[in-house]
Amino acid sequence: MLHFSRLKALGIILTTLVVCAFAIPNFFPEKTVQGWPQWAQRHIVLGLDLRGGVSILLEVDTNEVRKDKVNSLREDVLRVARENRLGGAPTIRGNTVEFRVRQGVDPALALQKMRELSQPMGGVLSTTGQRNLEVVDAGNGLIRLTPTEPAIVERVRQAVDQSIQVLERRLNFSGTVEPSIQRQGIDRILVQVPGLSDPQQILEILNKTAKLEFRLLDMSIPPEQVDPNNVPPDSELLSGADADKAQKYLVEKRVLVSGADLTDAQPGFDSRTSEPIVSFRFNNNGARRFAQVTTENVGKPFAIVLDNEVLSAPVIREPILQGSGQISGSFTVESATKLAVLLRAGALPAKLTVIEQRVVGAGLGQDSIEKGTKASYLGAALVVIFMFVTYGLFGLFANIAVLFNVAMIFGILSLLNATLTLPGIAGVVLTVGIAVDSNVLIYERIREEVRAGRTPIMAIDAGFARALATIMDSNITTFIAAAVLFYIGTGPVRGFAVTLGIGIVTTVFTAFTLTRLIVAMWVRWWRPKTVPI
Amino acid sequence: MRLLRIVPDDTKFDFMRFRRISFPVSALLSILAITLYFVHGLNFGIDFVGGTLMEVQNKAGPADLAKMRSTLGGLGVGEVQLQQFGGPSDVLIRLAQQPGGENAQQAAVEKVRAALGDTVEYRRLEVVGPRVSTEFLTSGTLGLMLAIIAILIYLWFRFEWQFALGAMIANVHDLVLTIGFMSVTQIDFDLTSIAALLTILGYSLNDTIVIYDRIREMLRRYKRLSMADLLNISVNATLSRSIITHVTVTLALLALLTFGGQAIHSFTATMMFGVVLVGTYTSVFIAAPILIYLGVGTSRDTGQKDEG
Repeated sequence: MLHFSRLKALGIILTTLVVCAFAIPNFFPEKTVQGWPQWAQRHIVLGLDLRGGVSILLEVDTNEVRKDKVNSLREDVLRVARENRLGGAPTIRGNTVEFRVRQGVDPALALQKMRELSQPMGGVLSTTGQRNLEVVDAGNGLIRLTPTEPAIVERVRQAVDQSIQVLERRLNFSGTVEPSIQRQGIDRILVQVPGLSDPQQILEILNKTAKLEFRLLDMSIPPEQVDPNNVPPDSELLSGADADKAQKYLVEKRVLVSGADLTDAQPGFDSRTSEPIVSFRFNNNGARRFAQVTTENVGKPFAIVLDNEVLSAPVIREPILQGSGQISGSFTVESATKLAVLLRAGALPAKLTVIEQRVVGAGLGQDSIEKGTKASYLGAALVVIFMFVTYGLFGLFANIAVLFNVAMIFGILSLLNATLTLPGIAGVVLTVGIAVDSNVLIYERIREEVRAGRTPIMAIDAGFARALATIMDSNITTFIAAAVLFYIGTGPVRGFAVTLGIGIVTTVFTAFTLTRLIVAMWVRWWRPKTVPI
Repeated sequence: MRLLRIVPDDTKFDFMRFRRISFPVSALLSILAITLYFVHGLNFGIDFVGGTLMEVQNKAGPADLAKMRSTLGGLGVGEVQLQQFGGPSDVLIRLAQQPGGENAQQAAVEKVRAALGDTVEYRRLEVVGPRVSTEFLTSGTLGLMLAIIAILIYLWFRFEWQFALGAMIANVHDLVLTIGFMSVTQIDFDLTSIAALLTILGYSLNDTIVIYDRIREMLRRYKRLSMADLLNISVNATLSRSIITHVTVTLALLALLTFGGQAIHSFTATMMFGVVLVGTYTSVFIAAPILIYLGVGTSRDTGQKDEG
């Protein structure tokens, strides 16, 4: 047990030192580390609970996505029905679009045409055989079309991807420092901004869908005479934005041009009134449509609608042909800037709901770290002294081994660019306990063997052999627990599992190699007659 | 140099005799803990019940709790709990889950912020919606249970089934008593508490395995010894190790408890109870003697002569 070949000894020492070396960048300020070569930059990221910051968990509204999908399906069905002269208007019933075939049309033909709307999931190369639409002939010329569940899930996934891009652009435009935006599960997005202590400005940027639409006003009835329960079928009653909430507008449902056709939006000032405005520019498609619409509707008012609120409803004085325009309203410089940012970043494909929000002030995070570090140093000092008092020289060996053990944990955490949170530190504390215990187990066994009358070398040898079996058993058991927690757990529990798992690996490594090597070297150099333990 | 010996070299305590006391006491305490859990309940933090938690620091010296209470009470955001936290100017504000889903939570936070205005500094703000909190609770409980089951299966393969069952009973005993402790002290039960429970589980398991390993070794060495004697020898042989290890853990925890600050206070307090008080007791007085009842070693060939 105590024999190490020169090569093996060198290997152990090198492995230990290299792993420990990865912890080095953590001891330097971030600015300094940034100047280092890429491979040396990896370091532990402190969790927001330790360094302060805003963390917001958002969820895409699946119901809304489903509703949108059904609505667009209805449009598709209507188009196919018109093209093939199949029958009247399709209706929406729950998650299903229903369509009744006109008298005299073969229902089989209609069914076949409608089935063409359905596509295999995952494109042409799909092997799953799943389709995005379920088309059923309900008899009596009634056809039902329902989006399948996998299709909805896929759509939600896409919505989340798209939302992440939009949020990234919005936060970058607004000049916020290093936000991190990640997908969580299927329908969630985690936005984290370290260093920030007011979530309000982030929430304001995130909450807006920023769906911009240009639509015509419905002038058939004056808005104040519209019965909210009996709005004309192709129009809807919308309220004004911000200060203008009380004002109602009757707006056609048909969207003339949408924000998706914008290429640019900038805040500015109206040259005549010097009021803050937002000027925008369309792409070719949008410019053509806008030109056409404004030509046809000179003299009529149209509405600029943002997230179902009417920003302003100017009268079209002359055709706008060059593809750019401006939105005026009751803007301040600030709100005009904000709107421009939102428009430039694009619209969110679906509404996002804040389902969890955590803010830790930088002061509190700093306090936690300072107190935690101080207490840890003190605790470590107590343990070191106690081990030395109990085991003397061997206690010193144990202290060295545990020190390297902790350094290795931090080295591996750095290598993984792992995030260290308070529960993560708990994992480290648990590991240190287990690491100290593994040394205690070894030494107690050696003591026993010495008492049983063995020679020093034999006692040490047997002590290691017996203790290592126990260490292995208890560590594998704990490792299983850590692994289960890693797969099941969320957030903090996961952080705990990561540090614990890594800690167990380093503990087993140090017990089997480093501690043994130190003791073996001591035996070789001192040729002890007795074991001072 | 004379080294410190906490435990004499050759102890011969009759630990197994205590099982007639320790089992009834443990059973009683466990029932008490479970009753407490159902009657008194745990002080569930917002992680698990949802709601809002704010930690604020009054900018102008000590906070006037009564005044804050009346200000916030009139906002119509349900019951507002205020609590001194740390220093005299630090206040913990708790709002219950607002009816009306996630957006209502945000609106309530806005109202409180508007009411308190600039008089305070916001140190911490946590808003957990109803769905997330339910998920935390289920995934936390599920994680704990699955971890215990996975360990059970591993131990069953590695040892005999009696050991696996014994370790599980010991572990569950530790967790139950700790939950009882948390119910009595009304320590905040949040995600960090789950980490504390897991840590306790880890230590307790480590302890139990060390003793079980020794018992298995003794089972091979002594073929004719009565089970109670054999267990006594095993526990005595590992006693020095148990005590030294626990002293080191206690020292580390004491430092964290005294100087670690508010953020880890409930965590370390729970650990102190679970690891130091219960964990040590369990491995010696429950995990080992229970093997007698589970019938370990009954199939041993008692005809052979002992070597030791």
